[in-house]
Amino acid sequence: MRNEKFDAIVVGAGMSGNAAAYAMAVRGLKVLQLERGEYPGSKNVQGAILYADALEEIIPNFREDAPLERHLIEQRFWIMDSMSHTGIHYRSDDFNQRRPNRYTIIRAQFDKWFSARVREAGCTVLCETMATKLIKDSNGSVKGVYTDRTGESILADVVVLAEGVNGFLGTRGHLRETPKPDSVALAVKEMHFLPEDVIAERFGLTAGEGCVIEAGGTISRGIPGLGFLYTNKESISIGIGCLVSGLAATMEKPYDILDAFKHHPSIRPLIAGSEVKEYAAHLIPEGGFRAIPQLFGNGWVVVGDAAQLNNAAHREGSNLAMTSGYLAGRAIADVKDHGRSMVKANLSLYKSMLYESFVIKDLMKHKDMPRFLHANCQSFFVHYPKLMSQAAQSFVRVDGTSKLEKEKATSAAFFKARSGWGLISDTVRLARAWR
Amino acid sequence: MKAIIRQRVEDKLYQNRYLVDPCRPHISVRKHVFPSPNLLALTQVCPAKCYQLNDRGQVTIVTDGCLECGTCWVLCGATGEISWKYPRGGFGVLFKFG
Repeated sequence: MRNEKFDAIVVGAGMSGNAAAYAMAVRGLKVLQLERGEYPGSKNVQGAILYADALEEIIPNFREDAPLERHLIEQRFWIMDSMSHTGIHYRSDDFNQRRPNRYTIIRAQFDKWFSARVREAGCTVLCETMATKLIKDSNGSVKGVYTDRTGESILADVVVLAEGVNGFLGTRGHLRETPKPDSVALAVKEMHFLPEDVIAERFGLTAGEGCVIEAGGTISRGIPGLGFLYTNKESISIGIGCLVSGLAATMEKPYDILDAFKHHPSIRPLIAGSEVKEYAAHLIPEGGFRAIPQLFGNGWVVVGDAAQLNNAAHREGSNLAMTSGYLAGRAIADVKDHGRSMVKANLSLYKSMLYESFVIKDLMKHKDMPRFLHANCQSFFVHYPKLMSQAAQSFVRVDGTSKLEKEKATSAAFFKARSGWGLISDTVRLARAWR
Repeated sequence: MKAIIRQRVEDKLYQNRYLVDPCRPHISVRKHVFPSPNLLALTQVCPAKCYQLNDRGQVTIVTDGCLECGTCWVLCGATGEISWKYPRGGFGVLFKFG
């Protein structure tokens, strides 16, 4: 390998890396992909939901053999306090379409499948190999990478950094900054196994159908965060993500927060009797549009989580990763086909393609959301959930109090917690950030 | 219906698959007299409970159960209180499900 030179090296075999490697290999480029795990997927952690649309663009017939768990027909959004949840459930038989829109997946299995497709397309995949440092020439242009396999160096025209949120080639190579504690969430997750029919019964599903619960509120103890529960075929992925700066400030233990979520009276019966087979943790980029680093330079591009391409407001990440990887791969293949060199000016094609796609358009739409939620975390993760619960309880419970008195008490509680001006300003600022 | 069993973190980690690289810890804590607030926070925030406080009030680390999430790097990398890298290729946590 020492004397071989590649058209492109892709660092990482997650969603973005596989998409990039696939896009280039099918266009006939000579591609090397490096993965530090024992097999592709062994280091990758996600909730995990697969958005069909992003993958369909890359591999139209993926449904034929990709390891998919359940297609989602129901989504529950819950606001929780310690005893209750108030929620919106959306369930539709429309989602039982021939080509479903969203699936639950298990990343270790899915990534192995995706990687097999990448290999079939002609890419060389080298596992158990860590890229340790970028090789740069005297002008700072990236020329390849060093690996931890006897310190071997490998050269290529372009390096695709698909190394994930923590990847340190980019950060130590001064191409991007290390994520800040207030721009990443730490998610902890467990895999709970239950028989297929038990899951179907508990969530009111038939074979193949799936349900998602996403929950915010006092469960994250005043830290911006979100709990989730995804039904797989014979298991349930359950976890919670909290902003790292919030955890550090409150000294909360992430596994304690997850345990409390699991023992919440609304969640406990759903996972009761399950067998836990794995405990995982992962950082999620939450900085949004404002945290996106320089996306390309002489001899390199950055994609997926490494580029902070994650839409926290809509809980989408893997589709942004896949699309960014795919577009980077296509851009590189275009540059190569035109016989041009992999310099900054030519690789800017990747950025323009990304800005044309939903990836940047969506992130730009919500660019103020992270800052807004961080600045108002007590309101949104403590006060409002409690008030919501009180209001719902007062509305539902029949106890001889007149309806007028109940309504007055409910609005008085909101005014007392946030004041009239506070309520109006929260609403206006939320609307602005969401706009 | 069986109840949910509460587990210690150590027992949770026991479910996971690891290939430990003997005598080559991938993270180490620099010598210090008093830990900074961020370094101290790691004793609570680290999801694998790798960081512990010793009886002299200093933070120590055992990396065997590390989930490679990178939280410690994000909190303490910039200040130089820890040296951090991933385990060698193939070593460390090996997620069965991920």
